[in-house]
Amino acid sequence: MVAPATLRVVRCGGSTLHGARAVFSADSKYLLCASGDFVKMYSVATEETLRLMGGHADLVTGIQLNPHNHMQLYSSSLDGSIKLWDFMDGIPIKTFTVGSKLLALYTLASSEDSVFVVIPKSGERDKFQLVSVKLTKAAGQDVEAKELSVVLDGVDASPKCIAFGREGEYVASVKEVNLQVYFFKQKQLNRFSVSAMKTKSGNNCFTCIACHPTEDCIATGHANGKIRLWRNFYHKKEYTFSTLHWHHDTVMDLAFSIEGTSLLSGGVESVLVLWHNESDCQKDFLPRLGSAIEYISMSSDGALCCTLHTDNRITIINSNLRFSKSIQGLIKSPGVKTGLVVDPRTKALVLNGEPGHLQFYCLQSDQQLFSLDIVQRQYIHQAGLNQADLVKVAFSAQGKWLATVEEREEVADPELQLKLWFYDEETQSFKLNTRINMPHEDHITDMCFRDMDELEDDSLILVTAGRDCVFKVWVMVEDTDPEAQQSVSWSCDFVGSYHNYQATNCCFSEDGSLLAVSFEETITVWDSVTWDLKCTFCYPPGKVRNICFGRLTCSKYLIGATDYGFLCCWNLLSCALEWSAHLNVLVLQPDPLSEHIAAVSWLSKESSLFVFKPNEPRPVYIQRNLCKEKIRLAAFVPRDEPEMISSEKYLWLRRSQLFFLTDMQELMTLSTKSLEERLTPSSKQLAVEESLPVTPFSVLLGKHRRQQSQEDTDLGKRVLHNKREQDSPAVRELLHTPAHVLPSASFLCPIFINSLLISKENKSAEEVADEVEMESEKTQEDSDEERDVTEMEQEDTSPMELLGEMTCKLSKSQEKELRKIRKMDYSWISAF
Amino acid sequence: MATYKPLVVQAIPKLGERITQDTLYWRGYKTPVQIKEFGAVNKIDFSPVPPYNYAVTASSRIHIYGRYSQEPIKTFSRFKDAAYCATYRDDGNLLVAGTEEGSIHLFDISGRAPLRQFDGHTKPVHVVGFLSDKYRIFSGGDDYSSNLWDIPSATEIVSYSEHTDYVRCGCASKVNADVFITGSYDHTVKLFDARMKSSVMTIEHGQPVESVLLFPSGGLLVSAGGRYVKVWDVLKGGQLLVSLKNHHKTVTCLCLSSSGQRLLSGSLDRHVKIYSTTSYKVVHSFNYATSILSLALSPEDETIVVGMTNGVINVKHRKPEERKEKSQKKRQPAYRTYVKGRTYMPKQEDFCVGKPAKRVLRKYDKLLKSFQSSKALDAVLEPPIRLYTPEVTVAVMQELHRRGTLRSALAGRDEKQINLLLTFVARRVIEPRFTPVLVIVADMITDIYQPVVGQSAIVDRQFLRLQEAIGKEIDYQEELLEVLGMMDTLFAAFTKKRAADLERNKSNGLTETIETNMSN
Repeated sequence: MVAPATLRVVRCGGSTLHGARAVFSADSKYLLCASGDFVKMYSVATEETLRLMGGHADLVTGIQLNPHNHMQLYSSSLDGSIKLWDFMDGIPIKTFTVGSKLLALYTLASSEDSVFVVIPKSGERDKFQLVSVKLTKAAGQDVEAKELSVVLDGVDASPKCIAFGREGEYVASVKEVNLQVYFFKQKQLNRFSVSAMKTKSGNNCFTCIACHPTEDCIATGHANGKIRLWRNFYHKKEYTFSTLHWHHDTVMDLAFSIEGTSLLSGGVESVLVLWHNESDCQKDFLPRLGSAIEYISMSSDGALCCTLHTDNRITIINSNLRFSKSIQGLIKSPGVKTGLVVDPRTKALVLNGEPGHLQFYCLQSDQQLFSLDIVQRQYIHQAGLNQADLVKVAFSAQGKWLATVEEREEVADPELQLKLWFYDEETQSFKLNTRINMPHEDHITDMCFRDMDELEDDSLILVTAGRDCVFKVWVMVEDTDPEAQQSVSWSCDFVGSYHNYQATNCCFSEDGSLLAVSFEETITVWDSVTWDLKCTFCYPPGKVRNICFGRLTCSKYLIGATDYGFLCCWNLLSCALEWSAHLNVLVLQPDPLSEHIAAVSWLSKESSLFVFKPNEPRPVYIQRNLCKEKIRLAAFVPRDEPEMISSEKYLWLRRSQLFFLTDMQELMTLSTKSLEERLTPSSKQLAVEESLPVTPFSVLLGKHRRQQSQEDTDLGKRVLHNKREQDSPAVRELLHTPAHVLPSASFLCPIFINSLLISKENKSAEEVADEVEMESEKTQEDSDEERDVTEMEQEDTSPMELLGEMTCKLSKSQEKELRKIRKMDYSWISAF
Repeated sequence: MATYKPLVVQAIPKLGERITQDTLYWRGYKTPVQIKEFGAVNKIDFSPVPPYNYAVTASSRIHIYGRYSQEPIKTFSRFKDAAYCATYRDDGNLLVAGTEEGSIHLFDISGRAPLRQFDGHTKPVHVVGFLSDKYRIFSGGDDYSSNLWDIPSATEIVSYSEHTDYVRCGCASKVNADVFITGSYDHTVKLFDARMKSSVMTIEHGQPVESVLLFPSGGLLVSAGGRYVKVWDVLKGGQLLVSLKNHHKTVTCLCLSSSGQRLLSGSLDRHVKIYSTTSYKVVHSFNYATSILSLALSPEDETIVVGMTNGVINVKHRKPEERKEKSQKKRQPAYRTYVKGRTYMPKQEDFCVGKPAKRVLRKYDKLLKSFQSSKALDAVLEPPIRLYTPEVTVAVMQELHRRGTLRSALAGRDEKQINLLLTFVARRVIEPRFTPVLVIVADMITDIYQPVVGQSAIVDRQFLRLQEAIGKEIDYQEELLEVLGMMDTLFAAFTKKRAADLERNKSNGLTETIETNMSN
């Protein structure tokens, strides 16, 4: 690189998945999701992220498979472009520039060269229209697509509000209380509306729509939890509808099964409801999916269904409504109250996950390591309920102990619980050790362990600061009762207060000898052995917002930030103010491995980052305009091995990496690497089924059948007859014997499989060579990504033919094999 | 996908007495039997052989009671004046007792007249006992002497006049037939060896010694006098091992449990305290109606007999071991069906289908799972749960409140159910652990059923009871606050004084160190 690397703010992991419905690849092996500016491809079998397709400059709002080529994917974005991807290789094929913001994308099998998008109506605010875009076949990567024709006017911006019916004969759209159906052939537009009156049962607005794949039936979801099934909508007056009602809150999404026999619906309750035969009485539930269901999508073979949740999780569900897998990155919780904490054991980022859970998020793999249930109560997904949530988390230095605080806001007094968890080596998880009800009279504002690496066990101390004007010191005590199950428990050792001010922050010095507790405007320093008040610091006016001790060579300094916009540094030896700076600091985060301290300030509607060492008031590094949103939380995550950083300016990033969470709950980090370096394409070789099996049974028998059909064509009818006769005894005997007298399946399996196989010794060397060649071809494809897709398909069909030729040569040996099978003694069957 | 999480019932640690193995053991006695004697009971002694009769010495009589008899099965009453310290010999055949006039009588259990009479003491004899060789008797009298007697010849072997006050207690070693100890009001315990002319060891107790005891091993000696019970190590030359001060009046009697693991002490403060002999902590205590003079424990701790100053003996028998046998056993399926298939070992080619573990949910959990609030509340208002585990009822109420359905669950109930609810609330609302939740419940009930007040006499009465309970609680809390205020002022005064004391001590210490430095 020519210029020294510049520090860039990089979004990492867990960008919102809410752009659009997820799409299954045609063989249901991969799942494609819009994730922020990217399109992510997950493996359905292993849940891992296989591809990250980036190129859009803004949020991706819609993804659809190309109906004419199932290896290609269209994606639309707010940046006004539609991209066509080859998702197996993760390369963009074409970019169509439309010009205006695209809010949703639909494709139809019947329309040859056009897709449908929702765009804002020009000149009018908050009005949207559905237009079809003609995708020109012009050569070149970037193509302008300006041929727009308006299909429907006055549609909703949400992608859930438009659906195409029965092979694209009509399009239905809902907005507020109106439903409009447009028939393409007849060019007829029918409008229906439900009563807008806000009844007792909530409002009647439409929220989502789905069309029956084979019949003329439209299902609409409403904000009051009802589902309506519309029929006969050809007639403006004589239309009918029936109502299904189970949801108590807004129906978030609807989806018909592939055959159309059942309807899936989901909502805030986080229950997936399966309605059979569109009747109210037959329904199945899959409850407790974790959080509200945002989108439901079905795979093309109907075997899988996937739900996207509001907390950024994807759940894959079997067709028989069994939970199968869950793909989860960083789970978005409504408010990260715990702050960003780093687990010393796994180096995972720990923060609020599902309600009442603590998530351990692995930054390297963008995966959730595990989710620890802290509250251990059933969470009720209902708006307006006051439920206990996790508010504070602290780890001891080596991650052996975990302290959590949960609270439930009550009108009179909050319900508080302090829990201490012990890391059990055997089960490799945290185990509840002590539960303390109402540790403080009022909210707990801060909590910390005494961080002492060497003296972990006997000197472990936990300090909690509360709004009830005291801080409490908790210590481990040995249980005297020999019959008690555990040998240690925690109890309160000391209660300290200062002039009846609320305790707001607490912090231990690096060696654990001093405890700093801030009481509103004053910082008090206590001896951690005798619990005597040593000295106080104050920088009026303004209450103390953050405090921290310096580390390593700067351990004699205490840093504090006030909400009056001052950052102060006191010398603990002279008990005097060393320096102060005018800075509105929101976050103060010391690096555990170096002297550096990061301060994030909020100035004139932008966040800025200042990195400094306590011993000098001049910052080591300043990054203005870090992002436009407020940053509330930050954490230094130690690197596994120190990174090589060329520039002296960024040396503070050598040993640990700074992560921060914005108000919008996006996790960001600072990186010196350029975009290309970060986005190295994964070298995984992906295989996609070229010809799609129709049913699972055909997956089993497909190859065999195809061989036979080849033989049919090659050898004519006589051979076919022979073949059938040869083939039949073994298989027929197998199929005609009652199941209860058959030997175990594992015993029969080899016989059955053998009857299907081509015997080994006759495998020609030619074929082996062919296989090798095929493999090399694939690797070639990998390196040469520009290769045309159609060409690849042609090549891929060739081995089938080759195989066919082979089998006709092998028929004699097969005969022998089958005869052998027939000779096998089945006389035992007659004994029954 | 998460499974349903059952309701967590908050277990609140119970304050007050902790239930230990000891409390369970020592509580296992039936209600006591009281027997009235003629005077203060100065000695109770169990026969060491079955059927473990016990001799009670009170006034001028010795009564022998059978284990379960309330009437004496035998009485020795040929004393001119008070008798003291009737003690069985190891074989249970002979009984010896001292008298007020200074003579010692030896009885055969089956006879009536004394077999022997030993004269030599000039003052009342309060303590007599057999040495462990069975042929000698030791005694201690108010004439300050301790004597040793030969039974066959009825003669005095040796007399020690080392005590300087009344000798009131004594004990013979079980290990060595020549060793016995006596305790005296001169604050000492002396150890005598019959082969020596004088005492072997003198232990200074510090208070008039009321009772002494030797451990079966002979190595440890326990003395009781004043408010103290002291344990001495004899083998270390009479070193004080531990001093126990758990009574607030004079300790009058000591006794060991049959296992030797527990030491019992009775006192004029009406308490019997039981100590562990390993930690010397009080593990249990009994209290009685009046001051205790004597105490005995039968072998296997079957019976505790306590004699008191008002002449009442209190007899407690151990409850028979509860046999865990349920008469009405639920008919189980036959063993054959039960084990069917359990013993089958899967062969290699067998395909095993695992059985998912079945989770059993309580009834209220099932109802809560399916969001049936009213029914869940009904389920926990059923008698067994409501009466014995009210915390479950309250936990369900709290959960319903958390879900915001408590009001609808409480509403729409008939007279009987309201009555039930109100009874529960009125009874439990004053319990601190339930108060926060039940106050809300009571509030809601009064809110919901306000319009129907006056329609049912039963419900009205319950409302009044609730009001009364809450009123009482408020008064009580006010009183407590007053007490707290008073205590605060006291404490404030106290701490100031103590701080001043400390300061003075500190200054003294400082001057002292300075002085020592000077002298150095």
